[in-house]
Amino acid sequence: MDASNPIATAGRTPTASRVRPGRRVADRVLILASTIATLLGIVVLGSILLMLIVEGLKGFSPALFTAPTPGPGSEGGGIANAILGSLIMTLLGILIATPIGLMAGTFLAEYGRTSKIADVIRFLNDVLLSAPSILIGLFVYTLMVRPMGTYSGWAGAVALAIIATPVIVRTTEDMLRLVPGPMREAGAALGAPRSLVIRAVTWRAASAGIVTGIILALARIAGETAPLLFTALNNNSWFNANLLGGVPNLPVMIYQFALSPYPNWQSLAWSGALLITVTILALSVVARFVIKDQRAR
Amino acid sequence: MTALTQTLTVARESSVARTAPSKTGDRLFQGAAYASALLVLLVLAGILGSIIYGAWPAFSEFGFGFVTSSAWNIGTEQFGALPAIIGTVAAALLALLIGVPVSLGIAIYLTQLCPGWARKPVAMTIELLASVPSIIYGMWGLFVFAPLFARFVQVPVSNLVEGLPIVGTILYARIPSGVGVLTAGIILAIMIVPFVASITRDMLDQIPTVLRESAYGIGCTTWEVVRHVLVPQASVSIIGAIMLGLGRALGETMAVTFVIGNANRLSASIFDPGSTIASRIANEFNEADGLQLSSLMALGCLLFIITFFVLIIARLLVRRTKVA
Repeated sequence: MDASNPIATAGRTPTASRVRPGRRVADRVLILASTIATLLGIVVLGSILLMLIVEGLKGFSPALFTAPTPGPGSEGGGIANAILGSLIMTLLGILIATPIGLMAGTFLAEYGRTSKIADVIRFLNDVLLSAPSILIGLFVYTLMVRPMGTYSGWAGAVALAIIATPVIVRTTEDMLRLVPGPMREAGAALGAPRSLVIRAVTWRAASAGIVTGIILALARIAGETAPLLFTALNNNSWFNANLLGGVPNLPVMIYQFALSPYPNWQSLAWSGALLITVTILALSVVARFVIKDQRAR
Repeated sequence: MTALTQTLTVARESSVARTAPSKTGDRLFQGAAYASALLVLLVLAGILGSIIYGAWPAFSEFGFGFVTSSAWNIGTEQFGALPAIIGTVAAALLALLIGVPVSLGIAIYLTQLCPGWARKPVAMTIELLASVPSIIYGMWGLFVFAPLFARFVQVPVSNLVEGLPIVGTILYARIPSGVGVLTAGIILAIMIVPFVASITRDMLDQIPTVLRESAYGIGCTTWEVVRHVLVPQASVSIIGAIMLGLGRALGETMAVTFVIGNANRLSASIFDPGSTIASRIANEFNEADGLQLSSLMALGCLLFIITFFVLIIARLLVRRTKVA
């Protein structure tokens, strides 16, 4: 590779001459390789963003946000129904996941520090955190879509909630564990029952961290496609107000439109992809700053 | 001063009416916390239960032959999992082969080489790769990466190895379209890199600085410090991080569905299209019914077993060092 260069340098600087060329080369190769690896990561992210901006901005127009998705092969239209469907299902998912995740994380950090069952739950929650999302889609399909006889936004929201919950459990527990014990003791010394100490002292002290967890969960589920394929599916018009039947959503719309042969659909898919990625990256960056804020305090 | 008096008055007044706090609310709260935690267990059991329930007809019809058969014929209702299993494992292993060295490189760069001012932005860029949705990786893989890959890798390599024994089979693209098992492996590698790199970085950061400085002090090069001091210290958790990446690669769906080509047969070449368990389910589930649906559920069941086995090992390895 760059073998001649280190030896040349070695000859010039007297201290380095004592290092055998073999060691120098191994060292230089490592430095070069790890720098290239890092650059590769940055280039890939840059290339993805560039692709989304170039292709996505072409189709940007006010109609994108006001018109529903067009039929196959027809011109015009937008992705307003998919945006609205995604918003509703993601928010419903977070609404279901937040209380459950918050309480489960509280149990793990406050009540179950030493118990066996808490250890098991903590462990399985970590496993669930990286479980394939398509399996969660199959589960919710069996649980809700088949008995109800129809795809629905509710099933989609439940599937997203199942993906969001472990994220919230994990961050809530981690953040509550950072709250110093003396704060809880101070609360208890004032005569507050344990539940009040948790709500008024520990939760409040860890609030920024808990909010971060919820934002991260939001970022995680906003782009999930696989679990929505079998639960909410998609729909090329406005959806029912009761969320029964196919509910259009950005990820599945992108999946179907990007692989379609119609240029108009492909262009809409690119615009949707740009929209969803920018939203998710923004959420991730915001979550990071909330954490920083918490640590500074 | 007035504020203090007011507080005192309030305190005095409330002391008159003070009663022991009710236990009911406290118990309710604890009960709710406990129930929510149990729900996590219930969901996991529910996932396994529902998939086994759905897969039962296929398992009882084909028995163990389901795993070893490579048939997938909707007309004759013959289904086998072998091509999908092999595709899943092959793509995931290729992803590790490519992704792990890159992840370690990034972790080493961030902890050892990166100048202080650049550390945070670079780390953040790498971590942002983890939040890009999988479907976007699929689009990038299909529309940006695959054409370049076909032109600059598949075609020249195929021409080079054509007719050679073994290599000529593994690295020969019959139709150099850019999609295939190797493309899926490369995209998966990019997707697992941020996870593996950030866990490895955290582990390297936890190693006491004294160890590192002593090694540098006796004249070690960066390579020697990494190889003989840092890696042995963090090896268990690095393996855990790799297993975690493997778990993700095995179950990844959308990105793979875009770039693997979704072919229904076994091929000896990693340039040829194939399919994974997850991509097969994503492609066929909505149009399937009867035995095909059940067979897809059975594929899901196999995926559940493989990934959970891998993830459990991963978590055990990562956890053990965190406690130690």
